[in-house]
Amino acid sequence: MRLTLLNVIVAVVLAIAFAALNAAYLVWAERRGAARIQRRPGPNINGPFGLLQPPLDGIKLMAKQLTIPGGADKIMFITAPVLAMFPAIMSFVTIPFSDSIVAKNMSVGVLMIFAFASMGSMSLLFAGWSSRNKYSMMSSVRAVSQAVAYEIPMLITAITVVMIAGSTDLMEIVHQQSRSFLHWNIFPLLGNSHNILMPFSFLIFFICTLAETNRAPFDLGEAESELVAGFHTEYGSMGFGLFFMGEYANIVIGSCMTTILFLGGWGCPFGLFPGVWWFILKLYLLIATFIWIRWTFPRTTIYGLLNLSWKILIPLSLFNLLFTAGLIKVF
Amino acid sequence: MVAYFTEIYTGLMSLFIGMGITFKEFFKPTVTVAYPYETLTMSSRYRGHIELVEDEEGNPQCVVCGLCEKACPSDCITLAGEKPEGGKKKVLTKYMLDFTKCSLCGSCVESCSFGAIDFSKEYNLASTKKEDFYFDLLKRLEERKK
Repeated sequence: MRLTLLNVIVAVVLAIAFAALNAAYLVWAERRGAARIQRRPGPNINGPFGLLQPPLDGIKLMAKQLTIPGGADKIMFITAPVLAMFPAIMSFVTIPFSDSIVAKNMSVGVLMIFAFASMGSMSLLFAGWSSRNKYSMMSSVRAVSQAVAYEIPMLITAITVVMIAGSTDLMEIVHQQSRSFLHWNIFPLLGNSHNILMPFSFLIFFICTLAETNRAPFDLGEAESELVAGFHTEYGSMGFGLFFMGEYANIVIGSCMTTILFLGGWGCPFGLFPGVWWFILKLYLLIATFIWIRWTFPRTTIYGLLNLSWKILIPLSLFNLLFTAGLIKVF
Repeated sequence: MVAYFTEIYTGLMSLFIGMGITFKEFFKPTVTVAYPYETLTMSSRYRGHIELVEDEEGNPQCVVCGLCEKACPSDCITLAGEKPEGGKKKVLTKYMLDFTKCSLCGSCVESCSFGAIDFSKEYNLASTKKEDFYFDLLKRLEERKK
């Protein structure tokens, strides 16, 4: 596909629309799901099944005034929410939803997405630092240490997949898994890897995605029982809205990456109805699992969180990397 | 080394058990009530503020003995009665409950040997004025009759 200016604009607009819609309706899905798990009805007043709740919340947020606390670092304070949203939007550009639905496929797709994903923690740092609020500050320190700790096993696992595929091109990674659903990277024996540890690397990757997107049970950045609301304590109006949208956009990106790297992208089991909907189905199943996990487990402690990363996930993923390298060398 | 892996394994399994529980709960029906639109019937032993009990003709069963007034530890109850001309029994003319002081202990209900007062099932009592909590139970009884 030739990269014209029009292409880029259409792609970015579509990405923003997709991210915003997802953010709005994932909030609805999250609230409904949480309510079902806690055996209450959830938002059901505005519109059928409460479906008008997200746009109304959006209008309410937009109608509010954006206040900047006295003593705050103005430029950083305004930049932070933008930085939360921007990498997520950019990542959508290179994610292939099917053979044909991709804004700009890049040969370094994996690298680009992880590069943008690591920018997310910058926004948390900026927000917490510039707010001039001790709770925000604590929160951003936590969020950054968490992001650093979980990026390592995540990247190591991603490298494992990249080594198996021999490419950082997301399209290529999916194509290699497309022969049958037993060739998906998550399955150990028939897959491209013949690596018996692949289900575990899927698990590690999934846990890291949870932690990277600051989702419960790893949402220590906004631990409301200790830190008010964490890094977005001082944000109101659409500043807060952008953080919220960024969080959900990051969840979508993380699920997209899990789908592409481990679940065969848009590949369909048994050759049934091939198309983009398989990607969408896998994507939303993963997101449903995100929501399910959030409303099942209580928040971990900060030590528990870092211990899990440094003592369990990193050694295991490193071992997995070496094991895979050995397998590739031998076979 | 073995302990390390058993800890990971048992930890992981316990997570899956937890997720299984929430998965089952997800499909069960909701148990809450959408309060302003629907309400629950209060249980028979619910203690609201006290209310006068009427006899078949709709008059209060109270004989104005004043035992409830004496039994009340917080002096919430003030009542008065008079003997009508030619009548045998005293008739209640005033029964005031100061609900601002009442702690719903139920001593008045227990002390009444005529079954003339009972707990109501009223719980929608929010107000911003203190005067709203001085109940004229006789007037409430009249209103109930209508």
